[in-house]
Amino acid sequence: MNGPFEFALRLGDDALIAAQRLAEWTTRAPEMEEDVALANIALDQLGAARLLLTYAGELEGAGRDEDALAYLRGDREFRNCLLVELPNGDFAVTMAKLLVLSAYQLPLYTALAGCADERLAAIGAKARKESAYHLDHSSLWVKRLGDGTEESHRRMQAAVDQVWPYVAELFAPDPAAPIDPATLRPEFDATVADVLAEATLTPPETSWAPAGGRDGVHTEHLSYLLAEMQVLHRAHPGAAW
Amino acid sequence: MAAVVDPEIRVLTIDELGILRAVDEDPASGRVVVTITPTYTGCPAMDVIRADIRRALAAAGHPEAEIRTVHHPAWSTDWISESGRAKLAAAGIAPPSPVGAPGVVALTLAVRCPRCGSPETEQLSRFGSTACKALWRCRSCSEPFDHLKAL
Repeated sequence: MNGPFEFALRLGDDALIAAQRLAEWTTRAPEMEEDVALANIALDQLGAARLLLTYAGELEGAGRDEDALAYLRGDREFRNCLLVELPNGDFAVTMAKLLVLSAYQLPLYTALAGCADERLAAIGAKARKESAYHLDHSSLWVKRLGDGTEESHRRMQAAVDQVWPYVAELFAPDPAAPIDPATLRPEFDATVADVLAEATLTPPETSWAPAGGRDGVHTEHLSYLLAEMQVLHRAHPGAAW
Repeated sequence: MAAVVDPEIRVLTIDELGILRAVDEDPASGRVVVTITPTYTGCPAMDVIRADIRRALAAAGHPEAEIRTVHHPAWSTDWISESGRAKLAAAGIAPPSPVGAPGVVALTLAVRCPRCGSPETEQLSRFGSTACKALWRCRSCSEPFDHLKAL
């Protein structure tokens, strides 16, 4: 087992699948500004994914580049967390997902910026600046919807309840990794507790903790997402425009 | 080289924007080596920027130039030159305020309207026409404008 390869792959797959999901909002967001915002966040995620997958390919040393890793793997070979492959749901679900993802990625990339691996450190230093904007954006929406109308509060609470079981997988201990995700949990908890409190939302209590993404065992949603993402490259290998 | 402009903010050269990091000559081969860095990781303009640099160098007699892309240290809006800031404002794009500690989103207090200079402005959306810009509106003259986000 190649430790750093697996680690870079996990982070790269998280970002890639998050990018693909967020891009589904393009032309369908509630307002034009949000359409632009979600597309921009998707682009940031894609940028980080490209750097991480390129590096993962080099670490593996089997000649796979970013395209080979993104387009030519089946679902069982993806190492993303389940959270990012879940369907977008309504806008509240998308914002709950983005809150969790960005509150996880920000301390992760920040820790990465100080790690011994120079490539990972450079990627972390770059991506954390963008994550700070993603966290800011999702926090504002969760607060606005949670502390909004009766209906927006109800739907935001339902979204948070729906997404919360998937948090545990993000912080599963991995002491051998360049950054052990378990060490990031206190900062995550503090960040989201503040947001939920200001949003007048109740922190969900859940004992169900689905996992498996890091081992390639995914929900059925990932297969459909990959089918759409990979179809062009598989039909026309190396297609460019 | 100094004349290559950013494809999405055409009033700025890549040097003024701070994405041109170095121009060296490889002592062994004599080839020109240009080092650039992206503003945002997903910046879709990088391919066009590389092509524009290649074209400019070929025109200047260096068709064999090598272009390297680096991600460290990460680009910051603090690298935009003074002349760059002045050109941004003149083009109707409010320049960024200085960046605070790393990882913290800087508070952009009183972004001034690039048209009328009023500090009475409000943010419409923190994500704008390109990854590096936010959309703002002036409450004095009612004009919307782009603001280059501090990063």
